[in-house]
Parts: sequence; C-alpha cells; structure tokens
Amino acid sequence: MDSKGLNFSCVKCHTSTEHEIEGRFYSMPATTTHELAMPKDNPSRIACESCHSMRPHKTDPKLNDHTARIACETCHVPIFALKKPTLVTWDWSTAGKFKEGHKYIVKKDELGMVSYHTKKGDLGWAKNVTPEYDWFNGVITHVEVTDTIDDSRPVRMTVIHGDQNDPQSRITPFKIFRGKQIYDAGNKTLVVPKLFGPKGSGAYWNDFDWQESVAAGQKAAGQQFSGELGFVETEYLRPVAHMIPPKEKSLSCEDCHSRNGRLKNLTGFYIPGRDYSAILDRFGWLSCLALLVLVGLHGGLRIMTSKRRN
Amino acid sequence: MKERILFYTRFERFWHWAQALLIILLLITGFDLHGSYNILPFGEAVTLHNQLAWLLIGLTAFAIFWHLTTGQWKQYIPTLDKATEVVCFYSRDIFKGGQNPVKKDVDSKLNPMQRITYLLLKVVLFPLQLITGLLYLYSSELGITMELSTVAYLHTIGSFAFLAFLIIHVYLATTGHTVLAHFKAMVTGWEEIEEEKPEPSSSVQ
Repeated sequence: MDSKGLNFSCVKCHTSTEHEIEGRFYSMPATTTHELAMPKDNPSRIACESCHSMRPHKTDPKLNDHTARIACETCHVPIFALKKPTLVTWDWSTAGKFKEGHKYIVKKDELGMVSYHTKKGDLGWAKNVTPEYDWFNGVITHVEVTDTIDDSRPVRMTVIHGDQNDPQSRITPFKIFRGKQIYDAGNKTLVVPKLFGPKGSGAYWNDFDWQESVAAGQKAAGQQFSGELGFVETEYLRPVAHMIPPKEKSLSCEDCHSRNGRLKNLTGFYIPGRDYSAILDRFGWLSCLALLVLVGLHGGLRIMTSKRRN
Repeated sequence: MKERILFYTRFERFWHWAQALLIILLLITGFDLHGSYNILPFGEAVTLHNQLAWLLIGLTAFAIFWHLTTGQWKQYIPTLDKATEVVCFYSRDIFKGGQNPVKKDVDSKLNPMQRITYLLLKVVLFPLQLITGLLYLYSSELGITMELSTVAYLHTIGSFAFLAFLIIHVYLATTGHTVLAHFKAMVTGWEEIEEEKPEPSSSVQ
C-alpha cells in the first residue's frame, strides 16, 4: 500500500503474535480499543488509532471531537473500489439460461466484467462506490443455515451490532452486497445448494436443476429441506476499512452537515446543518416575514399620511 | 427651537455598531450552518460563527463593565410612565404628524417600550444565546448530558428573536424627526432635540 510512500505490507497492521493474526474473526471485532498502541506497549496495530491516536487532526482540532462517534473510515474512505470493479449485486434467479439449446451464455459489461453467466445469473459490478453508513461496535454475527428468516423483505446475512446509544458504537461505512438467492420457502431458511459435481449428482453447474441441487446440498449438510423453493433478496454488509486515499480526498464537513448529506438515513440524533425543527423554522421565518409586512405597512401609511398633510 | 446635544458617547456608538455588525454576521453565518441556505462551506461558517461569538462575548464584557461603572444600566429600569402615550404615538399619532410624547434626554434616553425591550434583550436573549451556544460547543467536555437537539432548538429560537428584533429596531430607527435622524445621531453622537426648558449643563449650544 502506498508503494511510492510508506509502502506498507499487510503485516504492518495485521501483526501477529504466536501465529494469531490481528483482524476480524467471524463475530469477533478486529479491535475494541481505539487508542495509540506503540510497538513496545502493544503488538496489535490493527486500528487506525493504533498509530494515529484518537486526536490526529492537528490543523483543525474540531475534527478530533468526531472520533468518539465516527469511525476514521467514514470520512477517510469517501468512495471505494477505485481501481478494480467490485461485485455489488448477484441475482441467482436468472441462472440456467442457454443459447442454441446447450451453450452457456456469457455477457460482459462496460467495465469488462462478466455481467451474466449461465452458471451464476446476473452479476453487477461497480467502481467508485459510495459506502452506506450505520452504527457499528465491531461485532458482526451471521445468519446461519439453521436460522429462520423473514422473507418478506431483504434478508440481512450479516447482523451489524451496535446503535447510537451504545458508547462503543461509531458511524462506520459499509459496502452492501445485494443478492438474490435460492432458499427453502417452506421452512423459511437459507439453503446450501450443491453446485459442482458429476452429471446426475444434483450439482447445479452440471444438471441446472435447483430442486435436485438443494436437495443434494441440504442432505450433505445434514439440513432439512421442505421441497418448496424460492428466491429471496439478501444483503451482506462489510465494513470498509482499506483503500484510504490521501487526506485531501476525505469527506468535507458538508458531506454530512447538510440537509441531504450522506447520513440522511441515520436518524434519531441531531446533526448540525442536517437537522432542524420544521415547525420551529416555519414559525420563525413566518413571524419575521409578518414583521416585515407590518413595518412595511406602517411605513407606507406614514408616507401616505405625511404627503396628505403637506 | 432645536438644540444639538451629544447624545451618544464614543463608547456607546462603537459598542452599538460593533454589536450590530457582529449580530448581523452571526445571523448570516448561523442560518447558513443551520442549513437554511448555503453561502459558505459548513466548516468555514462554523469557524466564523464561533469567532464572531467570542468577539461578541468580549464586547459584551466591556459593555457590562461600562454600564456598571457609568451607572448607565439605570437606563433600562422598566417604567410605565408614558407607556400608553408611546403606544398611542406609534399606532396613531405618528400618522397625524404628532410629536413623540417622550422627550429624549441624556439621563433618560429610552422610552418605556425601548427600556423593556432592551432589558429583555440583555437579561433574557443574550444569556439564552450565550448559554445555549456554549452548551452546543462544550456540553460533552463539561460532562453535561443533554440532547443536542434541545440546545439547538433553543439557540434557533434565540436567533429568530434576534432577527425579529433587528427588523423592528431598524424600522423604528426611521421614526425620528427625519427618516435618517436617528441613524445620523448613532453615527455622529449628536442628536437634535426640541427644546422646552433649559437643559442641564451637558447640553452644548
């Protein structure tokens, strides 16, 4: 990273002690401490703050007042996937189409990425993606194949823990990967489809039969299958923690401190410049307008009566 | 017969106009960062608003000192003397070419309406904006837990009150014996006053 500058390798931050490498491990946060960690005190340097501290802004110290509730990446990763496209949508429901009877269909998009493949369905790629934001305390749990899902709305495959009332939580940028995948519509569970294997084994990528594929996959995984299939929309959230551009490219105040800023969907707390009381503002402006009209009338009447007198 | 007297001292004039400038700029930058319109980038509006606020706090500290040491704070003692006449003048007699019922003099510069307005400005509105402004900036440092929205709404109410005051104040300043008379007096310090009886020695021929 930054090959012409500090030229960091992965292990500069992902330090290891006794073969345990710093970083996220399933639900375990990558870190829970956001403080300076000098090598002699602490071998872990996984957080931005490990080197930069909680008060890194020297020229504009007001920015340091944000670090308790806003993750560094929120401002310092304004967009991601700068160089290579990133996969943002995957619709399995369109898989299994052939041309000329038996040939795979493969399409590419303007980025040169595969946008349709018979084996996979429709794939959406994007570059320079704006993250989406939510409160996050570092803990992520996952929906498992045994969990019952609510199929009436997109299923969050990752459960992002934390909220504004949790002091450990900070507003954090996420990449949201949106999928549409096969599920057990009878038992309301996600399923493990069998994808690869010889012809006749139920492998989807050879037989192209979801019924057979899910039955074989669920059986191999030791899971129930009702026999009723459907496609459900899913969302997979992933915190954006890499690809930090130079500080000049970080967000400006008004990216969030404005009426339609990036945090407009995070409600329940007051952001200066974004929030206001509509009633109060309307009353205030109308009162001042009424006063202007009143003094206008008063002044007009003065002019009229003084002309009449003279 | 009219006589000219030095009505506003140099400090009063400086205080008045500096305060006017600061309050107008505070209103402009305040409603800007509030999101009502966008003249300056948010960060610059905030920085400027805070600097202006500190200047106003400094100026007000001098003004309080001046009022206490000169005894001029007594100008703001509320009175009902001629209150009805003042209301009648501005709502009726002014259209008939009548005279302002309150004669200005240096010991009593303000009519009853001005007295109560300026008193409320000084004991309610200024403290409201000062306290909510400081809480807005420093409540977390001071360990005070309160909803930022409450502080912000109160500060917004204060801002609208200042704007309302400004509108009325500027308009009423046109009600002197000429439209610009009060403005000139606040710039030069000299006010022309209708003479009825011999004035105290502070008057100048």
